[in-house]
Amino acid sequence: MKNIWTITRKEFRSYFDSPVAYIYITFFLVLSSWLFLRGFFLVGQASMRGFFGILPWLLLFFVPAATMRLWAEEKKLGTIELLMTLPVKDHEVVLGKFLASFFFLTVTLALSFALPILISVLGDPDGGAIWGGYIGAVLLGASFLAIGLFVSSLTENQIVAFIIGITLIFAFFIVSEEFVLYNAPRRLVPILKFLGLGAHYDSIGRGVIDSRDVIYYLSVIGFFLFLNVRSVESRKWK
Amino acid sequence: MIEVRHLSKNFGSTVAVKDVSFDVSRGEVLGFLGPNGAGKSTTMRILTGYIPPTEGTARVAGHDILEDSLSVRRRIGYLPEWAPLYGDMEVIDFLRFIADIRDIPPGETRERIARMVKVCGLEKVVGRVIHHLSRGYRQRVGLAQAMIHDPDILILDEPTSGLDPNQIIEIRELIKEIGRDKTVILSTHILPEVSQTCGRVLIINEGSLIASGAPEELARRFEGRGIVQIAVRGAPRETIETKLAAAPFVDAVRSLHSTGDGLHHFTIQGTETGGLGEKLFRLAVESSWTLAELHVEAATLEDVFRRLTRGENA
Repeated sequence: MKNIWTITRKEFRSYFDSPVAYIYITFFLVLSSWLFLRGFFLVGQASMRGFFGILPWLLLFFVPAATMRLWAEEKKLGTIELLMTLPVKDHEVVLGKFLASFFFLTVTLALSFALPILISVLGDPDGGAIWGGYIGAVLLGASFLAIGLFVSSLTENQIVAFIIGITLIFAFFIVSEEFVLYNAPRRLVPILKFLGLGAHYDSIGRGVIDSRDVIYYLSVIGFFLFLNVRSVESRKWK
Repeated sequence: MIEVRHLSKNFGSTVAVKDVSFDVSRGEVLGFLGPNGAGKSTTMRILTGYIPPTEGTARVAGHDILEDSLSVRRRIGYLPEWAPLYGDMEVIDFLRFIADIRDIPPGETRERIARMVKVCGLEKVVGRVIHHLSRGYRQRVGLAQAMIHDPDILILDEPTSGLDPNQIIEIRELIKEIGRDKTVILSTHILPEVSQTCGRVLIINEGSLIASGAPEELARRFEGRGIVQIAVRGAPRETIETKLAAAPFVDAVRSLHSTGDGLHHFTIQGTETGGLGEKLFRLAVESSWTLAELHVEAATLEDVFRRLTRGENA
């Protein structure tokens, strides 16, 4: 436990050791607010639905950017050899890195609280939907993070990690979209609907927090963290 | 402290390490010597638990490297080749991170870091970002990180590579200092380094262990026949030369030069390896010459290394 926390602290701090994190957060807030407010004043409803609608598409790009460095850089600079010969277990490092990226994402999302505050001033939004939306976003983002972190462990090139991360997350996100389901073989439809990261997000976003959705996200996170541990171990299989 | 038994490592069809066995006892400074790509780093990576061996086993401080990897890693301080460090961290933060992972009690961390800073000469750079440090300082931060938990065993992969001559001497002194009460394994392909810092040498080539022993012992063993240089006075040059050549233990004599004050220099090759110097001394006494200089020329480690790694017979 202590080791996980030590690694989390180090990785979380290292986000802020370079100006990239500040640019990242600013860019995320500006872009999300702008995309949201552009439609918000047109529709004229005190609701965050537009925001949570565009959020997955923003996270699709922002999450791999936050995770691409975490393993790829260790591999490129050789620090992975230093790290993995310290008395830490492989899974502790994986969890530590995951938690660091999770806190970083949570901080970023929390800073967008300015929007619901603004809306509450202007009107009377549905609080349940807003909380549901944020919880859904955190769970969805965490799943994206687990996928992105896993992809980062497969390469020593951050750009490759970024692009493959986007591709894999995109694929997992859209399999449950109507468009895909409509064209998929009928037998696969329930499976795809269950596997898709998007469908569960929508139901939580309506303010209905179903334990099945939560368990689904935790399983996706657990699965990719497990793959991550295996991929870190793979140096031993050669 | 370290027992290595029949260690082998293959990467696909490439054999990196082939049936290597050796022991290292407490307080010994062991040098791995070998050309680049000989399998030095691979052996170290296996000992530190980074990669497992294909075959064979090793025990470090009584713990099996596979079954009890964490205990092994706790007892080892490791400096990988090129001293990979987290470039965007400050030296002090980096050392604090390592101290935390190494389970140093929070109350002692400050004191331990202070000691490492002093031992490794990092006073000027503690607050600097590692990325901006010179190669020599990075290497020292690497050493500090390896020693912060006061391990019994230090494994250093080419600790002096890429350093300038002054830095090399400083790092060597540091290692010698550490070697007094710790077990150290270091690898290098720089020969003088081994004879200056190590008590024992393993020469590795193409994954196999081809020789081991103290640097002087190795040099002696591969010396072939002894060569001694002497300077003598007390008789004319020709007389001395004839008498030397006639001695049973002398194979060949070469007269070098004579100085104005009657000192004659010779190079003498003996018929067998040992004892040539003593025999010459006795001969000089019997002949009532004055032996002004006697210098036994040992084969250098360079000669040994070149002969072994090129496959020539000693």
